[in-house]
Amino acid sequence: MRVPLEAIGLSVGYTAKGGQVRVVASGLDLKLAAGEFVCLLGPNGVGKSTLIRSLSGMQKPLGGRIRIADTEIGSMSPKEKARSVSVVLTDSLPQGMFDAYSVVALGRHPHTGWTGSLGQEDRARIDWALQAVGATELAPRQVSELSDGERQKVMIARALAQETNLILLDEPTAFLDLPRRVELMRTLRDLARVQGLSILLSTHDLDLALRSADKLWLLGNDGSLTTGMPEALALGGSIARTFASREVDWDSEQGAFRMHSHSCASVALDGRGAAEVWTRRALARIGYEVLSAESASKLRIRILEMEGDVAWEIAASEETKRVATLEELVGFLLGREHKEENR
Amino acid sequence: MTPKPNSKPPTALLFLVLGIGVLALFLANVCLGSATLSLGDVWGALTGKGSSISSQIVIDFRLPRALTALLAGAALAVSGLLMQTIFRNPLADPFVLGVNSGASLGVAIVLLVLAPAGVSLTQGLELSGHLLVVIAATGGAAVVLGIVLSFAQRVDVMSLLILGLMLSYAVGAVVSVLMFYSMAERLQSFFAWSYGTFGNVAWSHMRVFGACVSAGALASLFLCKPLDAMLMGERFAESLGTRVKRVRILSLGLASLMAGTVTGFCGPIGFLGIAAPHLCRYLFKTAQHKVLIPASLLGGAGIALAADLVAKAPGFDGALPLNAVTALVGAPVIIVALIRQRNLRKAFG
Repeated sequence: MRVPLEAIGLSVGYTAKGGQVRVVASGLDLKLAAGEFVCLLGPNGVGKSTLIRSLSGMQKPLGGRIRIADTEIGSMSPKEKARSVSVVLTDSLPQGMFDAYSVVALGRHPHTGWTGSLGQEDRARIDWALQAVGATELAPRQVSELSDGERQKVMIARALAQETNLILLDEPTAFLDLPRRVELMRTLRDLARVQGLSILLSTHDLDLALRSADKLWLLGNDGSLTTGMPEALALGGSIARTFASREVDWDSEQGAFRMHSHSCASVALDGRGAAEVWTRRALARIGYEVLSAESASKLRIRILEMEGDVAWEIAASEETKRVATLEELVGFLLGREHKEENR
Repeated sequence: MTPKPNSKPPTALLFLVLGIGVLALFLANVCLGSATLSLGDVWGALTGKGSSISSQIVIDFRLPRALTALLAGAALAVSGLLMQTIFRNPLADPFVLGVNSGASLGVAIVLLVLAPAGVSLTQGLELSGHLLVVIAATGGAAVVLGIVLSFAQRVDVMSLLILGLMLSYAVGAVVSVLMFYSMAERLQSFFAWSYGTFGNVAWSHMRVFGACVSAGALASLFLCKPLDAMLMGERFAESLGTRVKRVRILSLGLASLMAGTVTGFCGPIGFLGIAAPHLCRYLFKTAQHKVLIPASLLGGAGIALAADLVAKAPGFDGALPLNAVTALVGAPVIIVALIRQRNLRKAFG
């Protein structure tokens, strides 16, 4: 079995102005298996795009070897390369007078002759690619009329039409709203699983990556790369280390980042279900440390649920108050803080 | 099943209409002029049965002039299209990027410096169309394009356009210095060249002119596929297996061969290179080069023939400078395209 993508002792980086070489990461040993859907994560500006470009052979690595399907990438002709790896970059969203079908058809370039005319097989593959991303009905439309999400779908269909076993995507979810992002990630994961494709994509969306990737590659600020199963990396603290900053904390129980609270006030929360989750988030957002119902705290909040109606009972040291909405709850707590400050 | 775009006009029909239009304009160019000839006169002249005067007019003047307009228009349009694609900019054309000024400098050096210095020019002052002028114009154009191209990798496209413009000004300044120190009669021939005309390519030059221009136009047809990919950006094209540098150099080489040749023989003819591809994009509603290149060939030829018809001003004695006519035809086309599409970026692939 050939390895779809393998890097040995890889250093990537670029030459900045004035001939200075900036190393983004070095000594990387990477492997991408068939049917694997991997998300590349890392803080902003850490060099995710540089790594993706290097792995796709668009940028010369500073050192080390990259092999695609057991062939050295440097020894491949442009055409061979285009037949083994397709790349979706954010900077080449299609513009102008192309209909979506023609854009997807561009993916057949490495397979057609010099005229670029499409045969039966080419058309079948284009139709399949459009269908795979759910863009069949977009085919006749001009790409300039499409939304960002639709355009991104077309670009991914284009990559699929290229008929490669390896697909690299650089932040394909960047301009999409949340439902579109979830949809896209699911489509890609299913493609990897069903078609046996190897897919690597870089993203900022940690939450979504945790939920859908088979593996995560974490690129840290120090140029180190940690790979592993998403859950294992979350549990082991690698995610917290990679994204550590003064402003946010990794909450490994919630599987999400939490802003540092600037207020030291704590509150004991008693409740369950969705009401409890969103109350907790509202409290955390305005700077409270939320404790469990059993903890001792001067401030206690109990969630009362009666036949679908929700109410909140706030017990402070000197008073007890019942409110009917989260807005009132937050308003009360902020007002109370204000009073205390003035005292 | 292939979903077919339904809003698009039928491409074959458009080509047919365009082809007939070009043919009609070609015939009109042969028939109309300071003396109006009927189609019968023209047929008689071609078959050798007509009067000697009309056959002289048709064969020695009208036919080569119409053929020159046809070829020059087609070549300028395609070189404009190539530049627009390579620079991914709707305003790129050989002249904006300094081909014009480069060619002018080449010609100015030949006419204003070499000729007075005693380099023999066998045809005296009738210099347009002289082989040395052609070589100078093409060379000058290639040098300026080469300079622009050498910056192409380092700066973004907008800066590149401004660079081309600045280069044009600088080269233009050198030309005016040369002109300042030149004799009036030399200046006269330089001015004559700079107004532009299709009337200076005699049959004896047609071989060189026709060969250069058709070779460039035919060769550009081979670039359809990579040019489509280039429209989406060089990185994208590279990921599709396009040899980006080779395509870039080939395209700009062909563009400067065509634009340089035409400029050398006919003088600097502006606007055709920008206007014709836009008109074709607007008509055919596509950015695909396998459609746009042939369409631009026809469209450019049509515009050039129409412009020359106006320049010859049927019914008047004398003629208008061709350059003024193309600008008057070309500028509105660009303005309309801009207003219709609200945004040229969108109109452009």
